[in-house]
Amino acid sequence: MSELKERNVTLNGVETRIWEKGEGEPIGYFPGFGGTPRWHAFLDVLAENRKVIVPSLPGFPGGGLGHLELDSQLDWVMACNDLLDLAGLKGSDLVGVGFGGALAADVAAVFPESVRKLVLISPYGLFIDKDPITNIWAQRPGTVQNILCTHPERFLELTATPNDYDPTEWNIEMIRAAEAGARFLWPNGNTRLSRRLPRIKQPTLLLWGAEDKVIPQSYAKIFADGISGETKIETITGAGHLAELDEPEAVAKAIHAFTG
Amino acid sequence: MKVCWFHLMPYTELPDDFTQKHDSVWVDIDSRLFDPKRAHHMYNDFMDELEFAASCGFDAICVNEHHNNGYGLMPSPNIIAATLARRTTESGPAICIMGNSLALYNPPTRIAEEMAMIDCISGGRLIAGFPVGTPMDTCYAFGENPSHLRVKYREAHDLVMQAWTNPDTFSFNGRYHQIPYVNIWPRPVQQPHPPVWIPGGGSVETFEWCAEMDYVYSYLSYFGYKAGLATMNDFWDTMSRLGKDRNPYRAGFLQFVGVAESKEEAMKLYKEPAEYFYGRCLHVDPRYSSPPGYTTEETMRRKYKSQVAAVADKKADSEKKSGLGTPVDMSIEFIEREGYVILGSPDEVAEKLREVAINMNVGHLMLLLQYGNMSKDLANYNTKLFAEKVMPQIHGLFDDEWEDHWWPKPMPKQERAIPAPIKQEAAE
Repeated sequence: MSELKERNVTLNGVETRIWEKGEGEPIGYFPGFGGTPRWHAFLDVLAENRKVIVPSLPGFPGGGLGHLELDSQLDWVMACNDLLDLAGLKGSDLVGVGFGGALAADVAAVFPESVRKLVLISPYGLFIDKDPITNIWAQRPGTVQNILCTHPERFLELTATPNDYDPTEWNIEMIRAAEAGARFLWPNGNTRLSRRLPRIKQPTLLLWGAEDKVIPQSYAKIFADGISGETKIETITGAGHLAELDEPEAVAKAIHAFTG
Repeated sequence: MKVCWFHLMPYTELPDDFTQKHDSVWVDIDSRLFDPKRAHHMYNDFMDELEFAASCGFDAICVNEHHNNGYGLMPSPNIIAATLARRTTESGPAICIMGNSLALYNPPTRIAEEMAMIDCISGGRLIAGFPVGTPMDTCYAFGENPSHLRVKYREAHDLVMQAWTNPDTFSFNGRYHQIPYVNIWPRPVQQPHPPVWIPGGGSVETFEWCAEMDYVYSYLSYFGYKAGLATMNDFWDTMSRLGKDRNPYRAGFLQFVGVAESKEEAMKLYKEPAEYFYGRCLHVDPRYSSPPGYTTEETMRRKYKSQVAAVADKKADSEKKSGLGTPVDMSIEFIEREGYVILGSPDEVAEKLREVAINMNVGHLMLLLQYGNMSKDLANYNTKLFAEKVMPQIHGLFDDEWEDHWWPKPMPKQERAIPAPIKQEAAE
């Protein structure tokens, strides 16, 4: 496998980091809560036979303060579509997790030519009154990892301060990542995506951690029923909301099988 | 020195085991604990207390805004302020609304209208407070987006100020608010606008903004003068850096007080209401304290890095001790020792308040003389004793040297309306 490559692009005037690793057909990754502050095991497994490209979403680690200029859902969707273009991902397969799942789904709906096959892992975007989402922004300090992952230590490792980094600035970047998600999903995570699901004509894989404590399993079927394209639902045993952190092998395997 | 009488309007009958059986006094407090028929009496008692304070000669009576909150029964302080405006025409104190959280109202011109109404009804006695609002009130109870809150607040402020001061009908074309015809009726008595006070929690950006706009900064902490001193020092450092004078009327500070014949007596009298407040009323689930984006990055940076960190840590300690986190010793001895509540004889309280006002250089003292489950009798006793024996000892402070440019300028009393007396219905 090739080395991790880093480059910067300019998105809406903000320097934005793109990470890339592996050979083969490109596949993009929009992360969930916390963003992608460091490369992690799932991305390595995915990169075994694909070129994995991880663009930083505005406000998420590597994405600067770009979120502060994005006010509406349309602003976010256009920024994400531009980002796919800048990252060399236009027309490629796209994986979106949680927060990033809501954006990936919307980009696929609004800019169908931008996404080939879509993989959504416990995506945000809907809110069902009878089966509400857990409020990720109303957790006691230092506990959020326990509802994100069945292996909370994986989330703590992902977000731990690197040795060569100013702890204050790192901490601010982690809070900024939570803010960026909140900016388009506060308070309930409902982007009214339900109205746009029928516009998703791409083949779509819906992956859900069997132990997801954030978004109920029942949402998978609602997504599948709403999406016009062919859909497949797979449950990842032993995984929580950030299923790719808990079960990197199983998630990558399902994605490889689906995207071909 | 201006002495202001502040009411939070706490629900006074939270059960004894509230902190053990319930997670939070705020946001998701159990509504089954609320008895509307008891609240009928609480509201009326509280308004009696505010009116009594006015009759005792306090310079202002103050109300504020909270939502989903067991220690603050005023989701709309304007409703209370309107009744106070009618019922305090004789004593004529300033009516301080401390205040309306601007980003919560759409359109914010509603606030410009209501405050202008109260300024008209009261004959120009309004102080207009504009807090950003706590995370609990704004982001959780009202669902405001923490990432947009402050920018939206500033824009709403601009809209309200333009609505008050622009004599012409205009269109407002903001990022968050677009209104084709802004033209509020009524307009405030006080021109160009009522004095503006900004309640804050110690962020430097708010200090700077108050300096830029020439507004009063009011530090509303429940943790008393010991924890508050460092924040006020920081405020005055900022004023001096920005070339502003040290006029103490640029600042306000909140302090709990209990007066009695002696300190021992005060400790006895105010033990229950103080322990009720610092125990039950500040029992806030920390899950609601820091929505991401609410605190600006610059404030976080300063908090973590600067020398203020030591102070912030001390404040965080205080907050932990007082229910935002794990409650520890909340005895009256602890509360008094930490300076959360100043307790003593009139002379002792006056001496302490003089010292606090001088050390902090604060010209507007916002006093809580009713707190927790304090009865109306005790609140009125505290108020009367304070007015008679403490106020005369502190009232003249600063006035020989400084003018309060941030105080209401009402119509002359002889020009103000006198409400008709309440007529008792004749028996049938």
